[in-house]
Amino acid sequence: MNMKNGHKKKVLENPPEKIEIRIQRRDRPDSPAYWQSFEINYRRNLNVISALMEIRKNPVTKDGEKVNPPVWDMSCLEQVCGICTMVINGRVRQACSALVDDLIIASQSNIITLQPMSKFPNIRDLKVDRSRMFEHLKRVRAWIELDGTHDLGPGPKISNKEAQERYIYSRCMTCGCCLEACPQYHDGNYIGPQAIAQVRLFNMHPTGMNTKEERLKALMGEDGITNCGNAQNCVKVCPMNIPLTKAIYETNREITIDMLLGWLRK
Amino acid sequence: MATPKKLKIVVVGGGLAGLSATMKIAEAGYDVDLISVVPVKRSHSVCAQGGINGAVNTKGEGDSPWKHFDDTVYGGDFLADQPPVKRMCEMAPQIIYLFDRMGVPFSRTPEGLIDFRRFGGTLHHRTAYAGASTGQQLLYALDEQVRKYEVTGKVTKYEGWEMLSLVLDDHQVCRGVVAMNLQTLELKAFYADAVIIATGGPGLIFGKSTNSQTCTGSAASACYQQGAKYANGEFIQVHPTSIPGEDKLRLMSESARGEGGRIWVPRKKGDKRDPRDIPESERWYFLEEKYPAYGNLVPRDIATREIFQVCLEGYGVNGENQVYLDLTHIPAETLNRKLGAILEIYEMFVGDDPRQVPMRIFPGVHYSMGGLWVDYEQRTNIPGLLAAGECDFSIHGANRLGANSLVSCVYGGFIAAASAIEYAKNVERKDTETNGIHEAEIKRQQEINDRIIKSEGPENQYKIHEELGKWMTENVTVIRYNDKLKETDGKILELMDRFKRISINDSNLWATQALPHARQLWNMLELARVITLGALNRNESRGAHYKPEFPERNDEEWLKTTIAEWSAEGPVFSYVPVDTSLIPPRKRDYSKPKEK
Repeated sequence: MNMKNGHKKKVLENPPEKIEIRIQRRDRPDSPAYWQSFEINYRRNLNVISALMEIRKNPVTKDGEKVNPPVWDMSCLEQVCGICTMVINGRVRQACSALVDDLIIASQSNIITLQPMSKFPNIRDLKVDRSRMFEHLKRVRAWIELDGTHDLGPGPKISNKEAQERYIYSRCMTCGCCLEACPQYHDGNYIGPQAIAQVRLFNMHPTGMNTKEERLKALMGEDGITNCGNAQNCVKVCPMNIPLTKAIYETNREITIDMLLGWLRK
Repeated sequence: MATPKKLKIVVVGGGLAGLSATMKIAEAGYDVDLISVVPVKRSHSVCAQGGINGAVNTKGEGDSPWKHFDDTVYGGDFLADQPPVKRMCEMAPQIIYLFDRMGVPFSRTPEGLIDFRRFGGTLHHRTAYAGASTGQQLLYALDEQVRKYEVTGKVTKYEGWEMLSLVLDDHQVCRGVVAMNLQTLELKAFYADAVIIATGGPGLIFGKSTNSQTCTGSAASACYQQGAKYANGEFIQVHPTSIPGEDKLRLMSESARGEGGRIWVPRKKGDKRDPRDIPESERWYFLEEKYPAYGNLVPRDIATREIFQVCLEGYGVNGENQVYLDLTHIPAETLNRKLGAILEIYEMFVGDDPRQVPMRIFPGVHYSMGGLWVDYEQRTNIPGLLAAGECDFSIHGANRLGANSLVSCVYGGFIAAASAIEYAKNVERKDTETNGIHEAEIKRQQEINDRIIKSEGPENQYKIHEELGKWMTENVTVIRYNDKLKETDGKILELMDRFKRISINDSNLWATQALPHARQLWNMLELARVITLGALNRNESRGAHYKPEFPERNDEEWLKTTIAEWSAEGPVFSYVPVDTSLIPPRKRDYSKPKEK
């Protein structure tokens, strides 16, 4: 999603007077989904969030029917908290950084469709429950084991190169784009790239390395790393540009080496 | 460890302060119920960009915790009680080292040590950073440590729950909280021997700000309405550099200037040329000109006022409310490494590449120095209720220095944790677990909910919020006039009256956001009065509080902490002395290096 250096963004010429927001809605987790369309006046600098805010203020459909306001999650609005992730014009991404002008230019249409992520339980409208991603983090023990939080001086010396490499993995905001796009990821059958990349993050750290076997073991089950089908969708949709496929490759290699060493030690 | 009773501690808020406290309490072996409106990993702390301060002196500049302390107190225009500031600055290097051990990928020096950069209000390299998303990285490190305690059962998270009120006994002692499940609207009372409020700032009172949508100040306001003192509410930091947007003002970190970014406008009003075609001699670097010692790194209150003034005088770029923040003289490789995350934000939302074109920025509401009053151990005036982080008033005085918020959140959380444990061990429960106060508080909150749900009036809560934001931003931010402040209070009273006639417009109560928003809105209105009237009363200029009618700091009359207490008729104000026992107040002057 990031632009290359020096690239100036395309400007929308002849903007439409109105834009149409089509929202896939659901009243409760167990009730059927349905669609509703809303029309709002076009303004410069609109993003999907501000369009939704406008609809929320006065929720009347395109056909003039007064309806309940759409429900969605939002918080930071700077693409760093991950909460406002949804499927916009068929592509999973954060609503805060989905600019209306860009969407119109890309789709050549003034209709924008919004759907909840499909791989997670749908609570209401565009709101989903992603708690299983946090469960993944528990399972792979995504933390550094400390002797305590009292003062023990600085951590190990680390080269800037290594710190930068870890930083990239550490930017994962648990948004779930990678899981939404992964053709292998369904209800509980595969742990998915998010957790694997976090294993990579912690196994790279000099202290984290001490417990790397535990993390690798957590990826070796039936729903583990071997389920990756190498479709490489994850890396294409990651808003933080995390090299997810590299993480999967390197972690897989680590597991192989670990298993081999374990076998030799026998 | 022998514990006579199983302590019950509730932490409300899962940002840096709340997670710091939770981690310490769990590590000490006690159980924590952690309540948060969003999954804690998505808390507003993720938005902090530039870094965390600590006088580690990696650059051999003779930096020391005392100098950090002096910079903080001086930058805060001497309104902060000094002993906790000193303690925080002494603890800051240890805090940074702890995060280093937790695996935060801080940028490093060639030797592999933690690197430090410059920030506003100091002449030292004192800010440790992880790219330009330091808050995110620190929050994740705490989130990871707390998750470990979640696995061992020490921490129980209630994510997607919003605190509505405190449970107070007949002696005004805090015995827990009532919170609402944001999907089912179920109300639940959490019994607690001690409660730590760590719910962040109230930026949404100003409508658009750099804050997240969760930063309503609602929980702190609820505490205030139940008797907690709210201190220095009128001190609101407006950050000099943000990107104006339709839905929010996006922060452009001070680290951009810390790494050499320069603020300027064309010398000729309304100069329409491409900024790159304007020669050096026709650019006005007004901060560098007026403040030769600190230049672009003057404290935020000063930078903001100068930018505001320049635009008022018609020098804004294209005659609009915007100035240039220029990084184009710095090599792209350096920028990507040190500021990548924030440059991406600018590119993403504005469309220009800040490596090639100067950014256009304008000040935006950013941080509340004021908050719940706490003593030096983070205890509020309500026994059993503690506060930490942006929602407490301590440390920053009349103006916060950049990169001091992260360190103050962690410091506050650590102190509050120890303090809460100590209190919880000693407090007698008596019959408060069984005497019905929790059920009574649930009932009171349910009645408020029912009233709002049933209300069928013509008013729209989102419009009320919009009006509140516009009035507050217009009149209670950078430049304040008494007549406008009075008028604003009148407006808030009007909005409070109209609030009683709102309709939530959502017949589906499952996971409705309309009811929680209405509850937050009322609490915002209550706090808005504290901010506005506090500003009206304070007839001087100090830090972020500036009145052209009273342009000077007036220590004789106003070197004191504002205390607001809730009453049905509106906030009641009183004033208490500031503890300046360690550094005698002196006049701020950033045009020259600070006197020792």
